[in-house]
Amino acid sequence: MAATETFYDVIRRQGITRRSFTKFCSLTAASLGFGPAGAKAMEQALETKERVPVIWMHGLECTCCSESFIRSAHPLVKDVVLSMISLDYDDTIMAAAGKQAEAILEETKQKYKGKYILAVEGNPPLNEDGMFCIDGGKPFVEKLKWMAEDAMAIIAWGACASWGCVQAAKPNPTQATPIDKVIKDKPIIKVPGCPPIAEVMTGVVTFITTFGRLPELDRQGRPQMFYSQRIHDKCYRRPHFDAGQFVEEWDDEGARKGYCLYKMGCKGPTTYNACSTVRWNGGVSFPIQSGHGCIGCSEDGFWDKGSFYDRLTTINQFGIEANADQIGRTAAGVVGAGIVAHAAITAVKRVTTKREKTDA
Amino acid sequence: MSYSETKAADAHGEQAIDRKSVYVYEAPVRIWHWVNALAIVTLALTGYFIGSPLPSQPGEASANFLMGYIRFTHFAAGQVMAIFLILRVYWAFVGNKHARQIFYVPVWSGRFWSEWLHEVKWYTFLARQPKKYVGHNPLAQFTMFFMVTLPMFFMVITGFALYSEGTGRDSWEFKLFGWVFSIFPNSQDVHTLHHLGMWVILTFVMVHIYVAVREDIMSRQSIISSMISGERLFKDEEDD
Ligand code: HEM
Ligand code: HEM
Ligand code: SF4
Ligand code: SF4
Repeated sequence: MAATETFYDVIRRQGITRRSFTKFCSLTAASLGFGPAGAKAMEQALETKERVPVIWMHGLECTCCSESFIRSAHPLVKDVVLSMISLDYDDTIMAAAGKQAEAILEETKQKYKGKYILAVEGNPPLNEDGMFCIDGGKPFVEKLKWMAEDAMAIIAWGACASWGCVQAAKPNPTQATPIDKVIKDKPIIKVPGCPPIAEVMTGVVTFITTFGRLPELDRQGRPQMFYSQRIHDKCYRRPHFDAGQFVEEWDDEGARKGYCLYKMGCKGPTTYNACSTVRWNGGVSFPIQSGHGCIGCSEDGFWDKGSFYDRLTTINQFGIEANADQIGRTAAGVVGAGIVAHAAITAVKRVTTKREKTDA
Repeated sequence: MSYSETKAADAHGEQAIDRKSVYVYEAPVRIWHWVNALAIVTLALTGYFIGSPLPSQPGEASANFLMGYIRFTHFAAGQVMAIFLILRVYWAFVGNKHARQIFYVPVWSGRFWSEWLHEVKWYTFLARQPKKYVGHNPLAQFTMFFMVTLPMFFMVITGFALYSEGTGRDSWEFKLFGWVFSIFPNSQDVHTLHHLGMWVILTFVMVHIYVAVREDIMSRQSIISSMISGERLFKDEEDD
């Protein structure tokens, strides 16, 4: 029975009506940018294709991805997607525990060899043979590699799994390492953010489980549909940026008027995410709308680039903390002083050699 | 010996005949030089204000477009610089041998290094006289390669990569320069490096202008006028 079970079977068993199911399909298709034909295709896939199990594992992390995920805006989406995945394994929200829970992993690995999705939240620390993160009596890195062996694909949730995040901040004592640096032989989709937006997460899960493949990824392995534009490209404060109207100080006139937060260190111009379009908490707001710059939480290394409130990045390579302009001005100053000194010596030399020559 | 002592200082017909003159910098090189210099000054100025914008403009957003104009000027000058750089590379192939100088350093040549050392000594006041050069002297060639030629390519590559962030994933800019983000996944780093690149070029320009003026006075050949007329004039008849 289980071998031919479809998502539709599971959803119905969870008490979700056919009507809700159809609605879910059109909603999700819309959020993925598919249109009505896409909704039909989704419906069909969910009704006929064999259910794809999702195993959700947790490494070194703060669980903010799970927190975000279970707050998916539309209750319907939440119910459906949760019923899709929590059935299998998610050690934070599932009912099973201990031996019973570990048995699920074993079973999925065997029964759905090469067919299940491994969703990873957090990352494995590699130092001391992985002893900084023990899960079920074993280093997490071992469990991760073991489950990854037979997975169809891996979802790297959040900045931790995608890039390393704060636990990988210099000097990274536990050697926390993003998933794609540990697992090399499986397709990996990165869904960065700290946390990623709930709708983005459910969208990604639904796409993969529905169509049995990863959506189109960009150069960094992120889904194009949610990460191909910067916050800055769709920010509603952008007209103030182009006009040259900036918040210069917290609580100044510009802040009250909703000017651009560029000078307050907004990282919108370098951050790829869907915040300025999808927004947060069911589309209520997003950081910039609430008056605070973007901190670039979905970007690689955002935790190690100096203050969130500085426009120019802090560079530590020179042993002192400085930004490009401070370094440049110092270099130009030193060279300028060198030129003046050189010119002075040149002038003196010229006078003295001339004298030598006339003497001769 | 210096400029003021040569007979031909006043450049009156007869005396000038004594002096040897060689055609070094062909017109395309000279045009490129001055267009490029103008573009770089524009880029540095506008780039600086992109990094640290001017004080806020009063009034409605719809009535202002200051940052937009600054960025537009930067991008326009950037395109000009890029196109002229391509033309300059083309000229390195079809032009005379001096047109190639700034694109390589003959690290394999022992003679290059010994003359390079002589030039360093000249600038550190250890040598009494510089050698004569038709094209760039070895130290100039060396410095130009590392402090303008490479940085210019670097600025064009990182500049267009940053530009592609605005024009989008389907743009030709992204197709050609998107690989930059495989090396630096966070474009914040590309901004920082692009910004540092500006300071490398600006430091070069300071030294460059100083040396051009100084050599014009001190060395045994014409300098600044060579970049205008293309002719290199030698001020004395001695060998090397
Ligand atoms: C010598 C040449 C150049 C200099 C000195 C220069 C300088 C700068 C500086 C200082 C910045 C600000 C960086 C920051 O702090 O974020 C900048 C940004 C930028 N530059 Fe250049 N640049 C040069 C060439 C180019 C070229 C050839 C292009 C290509 C079109 C280009 C495109 C850009 C873009 C797209 C930005 C980002 C603008 C933004 O974020 O709004 N630059 N440049
Ligand atoms: C942004 C400013 C500038 C840049 C990036 C720049 C760059 C260069 C480069 C790359 C060359 C080598 C030309 C070649 O072989 O193709 C050169 C040569 C030269 N530049 Fe500039 N330049 C700048 C400004 C100036 C200024 C303001 C002067 C005038 C004082 C000047 C005077 C010269 C002269 C005289 C030469 C020829 C040197 C020789 O004969 O060996 N440059 N410059
Ligand atoms: S607030 Fe940030 S994202 Fe919005 S326009 Fe300004 S710099 Fe760009
Ligand atoms: S606005 Fe920026 S910092 Fe805030 S959640 Fe979005 S990507 Fe992260």
